[in-house]
Amino acid sequence: MRLWTGFVGSVVEAWAELRIHRTRVLLSLIGVAVAVAALTGIVALGAIAQQSQIETMERQSGRPATLMISTYNPVTGQTPDAVELGEAFASTMDRYAITWHSRNAYTNMQIQFPDGVRDVQTQVVDREFGVMHRVRIEHGDWFSAVDAERLAPAVIVNEYFWNLLGSPALSTHPTISLPGREPTTAVITGVTPSPPFEEYPSMFLLTSAWDRIVSPEMKAQTYPSYEAWVPLELADQLTVLIQRDISGALGTDWQTDVLRNDYLSYSDEDPLLFLKILVTGVAVLILLLGALGLVNISLVTVRHRIREIGIRRSFGATAGRVFFAVMMESVVATVVAGVAGVALAVLVVKSPWVVEFVAAGIDDPPAFPIEAAFIGLASSVVVGALAGLLPALVAVRVKVIDAIRY
Amino acid sequence: MSLLRLQGVTRTVELPDAEPLHILRGVDLTVDVGDHVSVVGRSGSGKSTLLNLLGLLDSPTSGNLEFDGVPLGRLSGAERDRRRGTDIGFIFQQFNLLGGRTALENVMTPLLYAPGKQFWRRERLAAEMLDKVGLGARLASMPEQLSGGEQQRVAIARALVRGPRLILADEPTGALDIDTGAAVMTLLDDVAESSGAALITITHDPNVAALARRHYRLDKGVLTEVDVNRVLSLAEGVGTL
Repeated sequence: MRLWTGFVGSVVEAWAELRIHRTRVLLSLIGVAVAVAALTGIVALGAIAQQSQIETMERQSGRPATLMISTYNPVTGQTPDAVELGEAFASTMDRYAITWHSRNAYTNMQIQFPDGVRDVQTQVVDREFGVMHRVRIEHGDWFSAVDAERLAPAVIVNEYFWNLLGSPALSTHPTISLPGREPTTAVITGVTPSPPFEEYPSMFLLTSAWDRIVSPEMKAQTYPSYEAWVPLELADQLTVLIQRDISGALGTDWQTDVLRNDYLSYSDEDPLLFLKILVTGVAVLILLLGALGLVNISLVTVRHRIREIGIRRSFGATAGRVFFAVMMESVVATVVAGVAGVALAVLVVKSPWVVEFVAAGIDDPPAFPIEAAFIGLASSVVVGALAGLLPALVAVRVKVIDAIRY
Repeated sequence: MSLLRLQGVTRTVELPDAEPLHILRGVDLTVDVGDHVSVVGRSGSGKSTLLNLLGLLDSPTSGNLEFDGVPLGRLSGAERDRRRGTDIGFIFQQFNLLGGRTALENVMTPLLYAPGKQFWRRERLAAEMLDKVGLGARLASMPEQLSGGEQQRVAIARALVRGPRLILADEPTGALDIDTGAAVMTLLDDVAESSGAALITITHDPNVAALARRHYRLDKGVLTEVDVNRVLSLAEGVGTL
């Protein structure tokens, strides 16, 4: 009971003290609020940057866990018949109910542009590839299920390609002519963004369309690889099973490799560790500066309160109670500042300008990370306790009668 | 059993590169519940040191100090603090009201250190005590809005709100004019008597000291009981402190 009333009494005291000295408290806490806002904001922006980096890596090498399957003759280096390999791959995917899988082949096609014929880097993929590699679409849409049935194949071109054509509206169904056994008219249904350094035309074409239009010679020169996006926890198991099944289907002449290629497979260490350490380091530094300012002000303040502390001691406040009350003042104040700082950080991080600047191009912009808010609040409590420690020690050492006559 | 008993109490302070300073020398004093004792003395006579000891804020160098029959040495620091809060009320010369707080909040302050019902009912208890000292209409007044006499009445209410058994008044009228001082002392005497608390007034004003039932003079650390006529003669300028 005494402990409980002691605790409530300390909080009441602390709150009254903060209320009475609100101007001083406000001024001293601006630094803490800004520091907490910076810490929380940096942690939150770090999470967004991390998401951005993850998405970039997933665009390049697939989402975790992406298995890359390749088959070849270990003696001659030749690849097996594409149809046979395709069937072996498809039946294996069906067996393990893997729905996210795609073929992936690179080739070049000569396309007629208004200013002449150009080589266009062409990536031949299945529809699932778009989700598996987070392919971003600037205009139009990624391939749909019905695109496989189109007589005029759908193509998705990059922005550079689209600009060479004069950026025609997709609603006008702009067409291009694809080379092959005979020229085929294709319809541009989507445009992917081109980063500033990407100054060449490229496009995506569905595997089903590719199979229909290209000549056997051209097909023979193209070596598709196969990818499967599987649950992370099953990746190791499925690696063995897929390797075994495809090898079994193709015969002993062929060797099948199944390898993980997503960013999480690069090493055991977190590839974002450096970024995290950097962000944490900056955040802690900012908070330390805020804490130092608070300690400074708290120490000066407690010296001005020596008489008041002496009076409280004469009323029966124990040394422990005075210590706790001074600490509580600091903690209550910094928690209030922490809440303000976190609110400020949320406002800043979620402001349209920052979102556009930092989170541009992110498919799944993360919600304001709850851990950032938690870290901000927890830090404010720790800073409050640390900043209150020295003044509390000074307060406990006050000699009562000397203090009263101070 | 006496509330407070001092036997052969001395207080000596060691000084660097100098002889030890003997502030109190062999002080004997017994105070019972309901007593009213005054101690007069010049500046530097040891009044503050005696006040520290009586308020359990300091320990004697030698001798025996018992509070409520318990030797001071047997009490830990925290126990002394708690006993001070429960049993001792302080009244200071400069009132020492806490700035930025209303009269009510000032009187509530000691109750923040009380356990149980006193803590949870602090607002009502403080209001009742202020009413008792005639300030029921000034609960929300800030110290600077009160006269000197009113401030000292708030201080008296604050000292008495936890129902102490010993009231230590350190120059309670030192910052007041004669009439206000007399009124405050009458009030203090009345509330102390009605609550049954012992009152020790430490002062250099013989008129204030004369109001007590027993009178002591502190001179160069030696405490001597004197009769009221001797105290009054000091007030008339016949004798000296």
